Amino acid sequence: MMNSGYKNNKNKKNRNREVINLKNVWVDYNDITVLEDVNLSIYEQEFLGIIGPNGGGKTTLLKVVLGLVLPSKGEINVLGVKPEEGRNYIGYVPQYALFDHEFPISVEEVVLTGRLGIRRFWQIYNKEDKRKVQEALDIVGMSKFKGKQIGKLSGGQQQRVFIARALVTDPKILLLDEPLASIDTPLQTGFYELLERLKKRMAIVLVTHDLSAVSVYVDKIACLNRRLFYHNSKEISVEDLEATYHCPVDLIAHGIPHRVLKKH
Amino acid sequence: MMEILQYEFIRNSILAIILASIACGIVGVYVVIKRIVFISGGIAHASFGGIGLGYFLGINPTWGIIPFGIISALVMGLVSRRTRIPEDTAIGILWALGVSLGIIFIGLSPGYAPNLFSYLFGSILTVTPADLMVMLILDLVIIKVVFLFYKEFLALSFDDEFATVVGVPTEELYLLLLCLIALTVVVLMRVVGIILVIALLTIPAAISKQFTANLKKMMFISVLLSAIFGMLGLVLSYQFNLASGATIVMVSGIGFILSWLYNDKFCARHKTCHSNIKIKE
Repeated sequence: MMNSGYKNNKNKKNRNREVINLKNVWVDYNDITVLEDVNLSIYEQEFLGIIGPNGGGKTTLLKVVLGLVLPSKGEINVLGVKPEEGRNYIGYVPQYALFDHEFPISVEEVVLTGRLGIRRFWQIYNKEDKRKVQEALDIVGMSKFKGKQIGKLSGGQQQRVFIARALVTDPKILLLDEPLASIDTPLQTGFYELLERLKKRMAIVLVTHDLSAVSVYVDKIACLNRRLFYHNSKEISVEDLEATYHCPVDLIAHGIPHRVLKKH
Repeated sequence: MMEILQYEFIRNSILAIILASIACGIVGVYVVIKRIVFISGGIAHASFGGIGLGYFLGINPTWGIIPFGIISALVMGLVSRRTRIPEDTAIGILWALGVSLGIIFIGLSPGYAPNLFSYLFGSILTVTPADLMVMLILDLVIIKVVFLFYKEFLALSFDDEFATVVGVPTEELYLLLLCLIALTVVVLMRVVGIILVIALLTIPAAISKQFTANLKKMMFISVLLSAIFGMLGLVLSYQFNLASGATIVMVSGIGFILSWLYNDKFCARHKTCHSNIKIKE
């Protein structure tokens, strides 16, 4: 199942449309350069893992794609348009935030907020919204918690709800910021299986500082530490990572790369 | 006890408490869940500039405080969101500037400033029908706006950034919410005074948050609690000849401590309590 999915993707690669394009993007906060000359193309039905140390600019890269952070130089295209317009096609799962666990909001209400871009002010959520929410909750397997307060769920369950929230607009692209931080290792496989299913419908970009979190399910890997090292593949980039040492050395020294590489 | 109802000023006071409870119960919920207590305190105190302006121009201070409060709210919101000045620093500075302006305006006004204390510390027994009418209109504005933007305000309070990504004009709505706080300050001013407004904006909502996970219920409980604290405070201040605004705030504060103790000590042993429900994987 997993392998065939991967092969299908490989065969179709040439026909896949480019969904995100970054050309010579620079981002500076005050006088500090956070992203330096980043070039990146992401295609439909592609699962890209971006790894890099904390403070390496991973979240900034996602925010540039979302139009939340403006680049000092360079061009960004999301489905051929500017990020501010293109973000209507993006499902965003932000870094696990330490929100108030007593916040009075239910799982369903959280997921409904994903539909806000479609509903006008003063319009209440309609049947279509509720149906989409139900569908998204079914996909992530959280339907039975619909009426529960979000803060009462475990970290992994909350993460699934936030993915559902990102799915209710049928996005073409899913951006995930450190999604595994709150999920215990034994449950991570289930999480990747979910992403594997979603990949058939959208491009997925997952950023993480934890190399071991990038599993066999990822199609391609890029390495980001101010500059982006990416050769549009999975295997080469691991060598690239070893060669450049721009990612933390200990990740390699501990022999983790074998987990990154797909078994043949 | 019931004989006090025969006095018109008592009946007006009770009406004022009800109208104030509606405003602080609804808006206070946002103040608490969005964690904007400090900026709310800032808006309330900076509004003093508007009272000073009213005296200076020789008009009813209420007509000074409404525009001045709204402008303070907008300036605080914009400065804390758009500049690199840390939010709490910006609020602290603007808070003090608003109060200072008020003091200077009053100093420049000819003669003595009558009723100044009633604006600062509340004077519920002297509420006039005209005051009640202003409170009613502001309440209606608050209810209307919250009704229109209910789902956006909830999204904004829970996850501002995500709301922005899906296309909600979060900055504009945040500023609108701050304006509602400015209006609530005006509604509460006659009851507890601008110095103590922050108590009614936080205490009832903070209590109700311990007992429900539903925003609408939280608003309903907050309104109810504010009304109960207000009535109780009014009766106590009448019986023992105490300052009414301060008494209402003291009653509210004791109410908060009791609810916290109940939640923390008693409720800890009962799994059915709202705050103890945990969902297993």
